[in-house]
Amino acid sequence: MIVEKIQTENMFLHYGSKMALNDISIRIPEKKVTAFIGPSGCGKSTFLRSLNRMNDLIDGVKIEGNILIDNINIYDKNIDVVTLRKKVGMEFQKSNPFAKSIYENVAYGPRINGVSDRKQLDEIVETALKNAAIWEEVKDRLGDSALGLSGGQQQRLCIARTLAVNPEIVLMDEPASALDPLSTAKIEELIVELKENYTIVIVTHNMQQAARISDLTAFFYLGELIEFDKTKKMFTNPNKKQTEDYITGRFG
Amino acid sequence: MIKSFKNNIKGILIEGLTLSSAVVIIAIVVVMITVIVVGGKDQISWEFLTSFPKDGMTKGGIFPAIYGTALLVIIMSVAAVPFGTITAIYLTEYAKENSLIAKTIRFAVRTLAVIPSIIYGLFGLGFFIKFVGTQMDNTFLGGQLKWGQPNILWASLTMALLTLPVVIVSVEEALKTVPQDLRAASLALGATKWQTIWKVVIPGSISGIMTGTILAVSRGAGEVAPILFTGVAYYVATLPASFSDQFMVLGYHIYVMSTQSANVDQTMPIQFGTTLVLLALTFILNISAIILRYRIRQKKSN
Repeated sequence: MIVEKIQTENMFLHYGSKMALNDISIRIPEKKVTAFIGPSGCGKSTFLRSLNRMNDLIDGVKIEGNILIDNINIYDKNIDVVTLRKKVGMEFQKSNPFAKSIYENVAYGPRINGVSDRKQLDEIVETALKNAAIWEEVKDRLGDSALGLSGGQQQRLCIARTLAVNPEIVLMDEPASALDPLSTAKIEELIVELKENYTIVIVTHNMQQAARISDLTAFFYLGELIEFDKTKKMFTNPNKKQTEDYITGRFG
Repeated sequence: MIKSFKNNIKGILIEGLTLSSAVVIIAIVVVMITVIVVGGKDQISWEFLTSFPKDGMTKGGIFPAIYGTALLVIIMSVAAVPFGTITAIYLTEYAKENSLIAKTIRFAVRTLAVIPSIIYGLFGLGFFIKFVGTQMDNTFLGGQLKWGQPNILWASLTMALLTLPVVIVSVEEALKTVPQDLRAASLALGATKWQTIWKVVIPGSISGIMTGTILAVSRGAGEVAPILFTGVAYYVATLPASFSDQFMVLGYHIYVMSTQSANVDQTMPIQFGTTLVLLALTFILNISAIILRYRIRQKKSN
């Protein structure tokens, strides 16, 4: 049985007077990988950032309609954004580790949540690094600066940092777009492993990537959700012509 | 297409004129420093730096003035740096870039920066001494005169006001070098805004806060006007031991030596020595600030 984790109903988003998302209704299932594809500026990243309210940081963004996570409207005025973001973690296009040690990067989230017991922190850090498939590479140098890691390692470290907060959903905004093929493969492998325990929503420019790792794919175009279906269906027999044109590379 | 002789000559003349005025500037600096170093270098000794003035200030050292200057800038920094840093945090992290309040604060900071320093002195006299100090005396000491007169605390606080714009601008610049990505990363991990500022933004801009502090200290160490009415003394026989004591300062000591002394010629070596010490002090402070600022810019460009 498929359990919905994220659901939006007739959601609109405006930047000032410009409409960026137009009437988005989607149901994203739990513990699956859902990919958002579409040409640049189609609104897929904006939509992703609405799911943990990172758009709150941008002036002039106005959202209408409902975004439900576990059937709770996250834009309700009683919602604590800080708690929401602990539940809905996020990876960014450019890896952004803090200028701290590898250990301190992962321990950051638990620490701000009040975990100060060293043994407990050690455990959380180790588990998170293992789950992000980077433990073997860094276990002997946890005290070194995170900025000394390669791009791919930094990105996996950032994933570990997110996992250390124990989220239920992980949003990923083109997490592999700046990485070499080998690092990309590692990240993709990791994403597929993570869906065992987490609901993953990933924005990607790379169609093959979406086809390889996702269970469902949503195609966005000019602020609208054109089609949303099982990835296999989307890539072999889409319902809409626009989807087919984009996937086969006829535009975009 | 052939260059006219007249234009050619004109070009050379203009270039020569601009170059010569630039050379004049260099010459002034060289002459000034040479005169001070030559005149003051023989005066500098361990004894000069560590002993009190003697024989009606015609002999002896300048230790109380060095000590007073150090104490002044320390108390000043303790007041100005946290206050300035907090203001800078408000401006970069909380206020919207073009909001009325941010514009008003920036206008106020710029205004503070261009107010002549003697006005700060008068303000300090009127506000800290006559108003705050007298109120304190009346309230806590039954009107006995203690805080309602010049002292090192009021002088330092007046100086803190003067250096506040330097601190605010430096810290603001440093806070802006912390990438937005890092703020986003912290917030996305469920950190509050304050946790993000405290654990990510401030640690990332600590060198800028240091630069601001050093620049403020260097400005404060050289200024005399703000403390003229608020605490500096012609001569005090003991080092300041309490906030309510008066104190001596290098800059004022030079003024006193060169204008108020019974025998100005006799004090000439001390004047040179004191000037050299003050100059060296502000130079060292400014150079360290420049180096720090350069490092920050490098970090920013990476």
